[in-house]
Formats: sequence, structure tokens, C-alpha cells
Amino acid sequence: MFKLSDEGVAYVKKELERYETKRSAIIPCLYRVQSENGGWVSPESINYLSELMDLPVAWINEVFHFYTMFNKEPVGKLHVQVCNNITCCMLGARELTEHISKTFEMGIDELSKDGKITLSKVECLGSCDTAPMMQINDSYHENLTPESAVKIIKDMVHGN
Amino acid sequence: MEIKLLSEHYDKKEFQSLQGYKKYGGYETLKKAFSMKPEQIISEVKDSGLRGRGGAGFPTGMKWSFLPQNGEPRYLLCNADEGEPGTFKDRLMMERAPHQLIEGMIISAYAINSAKSYIYVRGEYNYPIKVLETALREAYDSGLLGKNILGSGFNHDMDVYRGAGAYICGEETGMISSLEGKKGQPKLKPPFPAIKGYLGKPTIVNNVETLAAVKYIIRDGAKAYRKHGTEKSAGSKLFSISGNVNKPGTYEVALGYPLMDLINNECGGMKNGRKLKAVIPGGSSAPILTAEEVQKTTMDYECLAQMGSMLGSGAIIVMDDSNCMVDLLKVTLHFYHHESCGQCTPCREGTGWIHKIVSNIVSGEGRLQDIDLLEKISKQMMGRTICALSDAAAMPTLGFITKFRDEFEFYVREGRSKVKEVMAHA
Repeated sequence: MFKLSDEGVAYVKKELERYETKRSAIIPCLYRVQSENGGWVSPESINYLSELMDLPVAWINEVFHFYTMFNKEPVGKLHVQVCNNITCCMLGARELTEHISKTFEMGIDELSKDGKITLSKVECLGSCDTAPMMQINDSYHENLTPESAVKIIKDMVHGN
Repeated sequence: MEIKLLSEHYDKKEFQSLQGYKKYGGYETLKKAFSMKPEQIISEVKDSGLRGRGGAGFPTGMKWSFLPQNGEPRYLLCNADEGEPGTFKDRLMMERAPHQLIEGMIISAYAINSAKSYIYVRGEYNYPIKVLETALREAYDSGLLGKNILGSGFNHDMDVYRGAGAYICGEETGMISSLEGKKGQPKLKPPFPAIKGYLGKPTIVNNVETLAAVKYIIRDGAKAYRKHGTEKSAGSKLFSISGNVNKPGTYEVALGYPLMDLINNECGGMKNGRKLKAVIPGGSSAPILTAEEVQKTTMDYECLAQMGSMLGSGAIIVMDDSNCMVDLLKVTLHFYHHESCGQCTPCREGTGWIHKIVSNIVSGEGRLQDIDLLEKISKQMMGRTICALSDAAAMPTLGFITKFRDEFEFYVREGRSKVKEVMAHA
């Protein structure tokens, strides 16, 4: 059974008071659930959140399904998101994505064999002057080459 | 030549903090604003000719004057959901000069008599959000936000709201839906947000750059602001420039600046000395310009409209002759198909349909009549939906297939690109 930590529950209570309506707290609370649930939002955690927030489960589901940053399935500890929009593609993002995919033997939106990495192609991340670029969890990595991208991921897997 | 107005102190690390910001005259303009009447600020902004810097280019002062005078609470919403492909100027401002935005917002809130504002930031902008949260804490701790700001009697609360990944939330009514805790689907207009916005209350939605510009208009006066730019496109503009140039980045120049000068002077010319092929002048929704058209383009609302394109968010994507236009249209359409919110049939079906057609061409399975079909569908997608996303997919499609028709025909006939080897599967 999924449950938020005591701090998580306190966070939800605070967010419920923060905006004009309780409903606006759904996005921030889903983020909290995602971070305490290893990077994704499970169906049971949505039911849990609905009860905790005292809001209809349909409202939580509506938000959960609409926004791309809520992961619908388990992701690796490292969520590697390579921008595949126009400027990044002009400057080699697809070749870079393929190189990562081959090196770690995983397809798009799939977990690597060791379960540590998920690779995704995402839309413009607003860092076109440093293309090609990728986001790993919360941080941006810019001006990449296929080799430098792989090195960054390997270093992070090994906890450097 | 670059103008340093909004970007003057971007190079100073200390400008991020309240203390550093104050060293360069930070929050002095707010004091000046409090010595003025709200109506005076609105008329100053009107006289400055400032137009929305997020994409639509609507006159800011006029937008403010649409608010009803019925005593209802008003909300100010800062659009920091920067998502138009090619755009990154707002991120830079939030990271380097958060207090400049906050000061511009407090002045704007005072002008429109709003007690509450939100900065809606796209979810991916984790670092800018952290910077803004720190800046807001500093502002509260120094009495620049909250009750009776600087003894003026004006109360204002400001908060940051983090989006969660949806381009459509950059559309102002989509953003309002999202802030209300719903799917970010746009709403029918009218009523416009100024009449019925967040929670049904009058709401003004302005872009990051627009609100920051308000500070400089009040600091220097409308006349001084108007010295930059052209008569109908007044002031300076932050341009995000990316692609095949030597020095991509954010550059602030006066509106009306020649596009070729931006490429050659500010951006150090084309990378590897290659030939200019085309430029997208205002984010990926703006119809593409050929190299020939670029020569006569100045970066202002009027010239770009005349060229059949638009200034948009000021995102300039420069392409050299190594790019395949069929391939890049496919990339662009993947985006719009992915981001359609699904409410309106012409957009939901149309974006997917044209993306599939172009993908077929790229896979070598295109038919000549597909090019005409693309044109027909695109025309049917325009002007028939709640918001402009459908048009934003149709307009570049028409631009690409009209201006580079020979490349599309070649691709269909030969089953390969005229320019390069394309990764058809990616």
C-alpha cells in the first residue's frame, strides 16, 4: 500500500491551504507522490491521494493523465530525457538518442536491463542555444556529443 | 547593435540576489510607481507602445484597460510557460534577473489593482523555479511583498506555480485551466480573461518579458522607451537565436533590427561558413522564410506580418543548406500532434493526419498528391478551433511545402532526401 511520509502528508495539508481552491493543489501533490514513489505515480497512489485530499478521484486522474511530467509507469533512477525538437534535431539529437539507446541496450521509454535508466525523447526544453541537450531528472546537460552524453550517464549511474 | 535594457546586468552573478539587484537601482522604480496614480501607470504603458512579448503581440496597456470596474478581485498571472520551440529568453531572465520580473509584476499589479499574482512556470524549469522561490522569499522578508508594501498602503501576494509538461498551458486560457487544477485545455473567447479568468474573476495574463519591460517604461518614461524600435513596434526585444550560427544565444535589440545583422553581427555568422538556407523567425509556429526573404526582413511585428510570417516569441531558428526541409517539417509536426489538447476535431485529427503524411514521405512511401493533400488539410485546420494551436501547426506546414516544394516533390519521386541522409525511423 502506498502512503506518503509524515512530511509528505504535512506538505499536502499545506498545499491544500495555499491556493484559492483545493483543486489547484493537485499538481503539486502529484509531484510529491511521484517523488516519494520512486519517480512514477501508481494507480493505487491516486486513490490514496484522492482520499487524503478529499477530492474526487476523477479530478486527480484528469490531471495525472493530461500532463507529461507525471510518469505513468515505473522509471529508472535516472530518467534521461533527450530533447528531440527542431533545433536539437538539426544539431544531432537523434543520432545522440540512438547512441545512448545502443550503448545501454534500451529502447525509447523502456528501462535499461539493470533497471537503473529510462530513456525518453521529449519536446523543446527551452535550451536551444546549447543544443543538443538532455534533462536527467531535474538537471539540464547541454552542448552534448553522443560520447559526452554517454559519459555523463555512466558517471551518474556510478554515483559520481 | 545590442541594446542593454532588460539584459543590462545579465552578466553579473550578484544580480540574482535582492542585495545585488538593489546595487543597480533595484526596486527604486517601485517607489516611483507608488508616487504615481495607477491610471498614470496604465497610460504610461499605453503610450510606450509595449506589445505582448509572449507571441501574440497584443498592446499591453489596452489589455489592462479591458478590466471591468466592478470591484471584483483581479488576478495577475505571469506566463512563464515558455514552450514555443526555439524560445529560451524567459528562462534566462528568471535565472539571471528574477527581481527584475518581480518588480515589474508588483508595479503592474499596483496599476491594475490586483492583490494576488502567480508566476506560472513550465514544470521542466526546475532551476528557474528555485531561483524565483528564493527571490520571492527575499522580497517578502524585505517588505516588498505582503501587506502595506514600502508603506504605500498597497497589499500584494505573489506565488510561483509549477506546471507539469504541456505546451498548451502557454495559451492564456489553457494556463488558467491548469492553475485551477484541471487539464490545461483552452476556453472559448469571449469572454476574455480580463473579464472572466482565473476562477471566473478578471485576470490579466502577461509574458515574463512584457512584465519586466513595464519596470523600464516606468523607470525611464514612455518617451524614452519609444526611442527604441519603430513607430508600431516600440522598444527592445529579447531574441532567442539557435541553429547553425556561430554564437547562438539571447540578444536584446531594438525592434526593427535587420535579421541579417542579427545573424552576422550578434551571432557571428553562419557556422562552418555554410550557406544560409532558411530562418524560422518567431518560434516553430511562425512560417519559414527563405534565404532571399531573410535579406529584406527586419525584426518587427509589421515587417514579419508583411512577409506572411510573425514575430511570435522572438525565437529565431537559423538553418544552413545541410538541412532537409521535409525532415524538419516532420519533426515540427510531431510536436504539434503531441501537444494538441484534443478538444477540437480539426486540431486533434488534423495535426495527427498531417504528421503521418509527412512521416510517410520521409519513409519513402509518399505520393505526389500527398503534397496537395497537406495543403488542403492545413487550410481546413485554420481558424476553426478554440485556440491557435491548430493554426500553429498548419501555418508552418503551408510555409514549408510552398517555399520548398521542390524538396518535397524530390523526396516523393526518389524516396530519399535531396539534401542528406535522413533518419527516417527516428
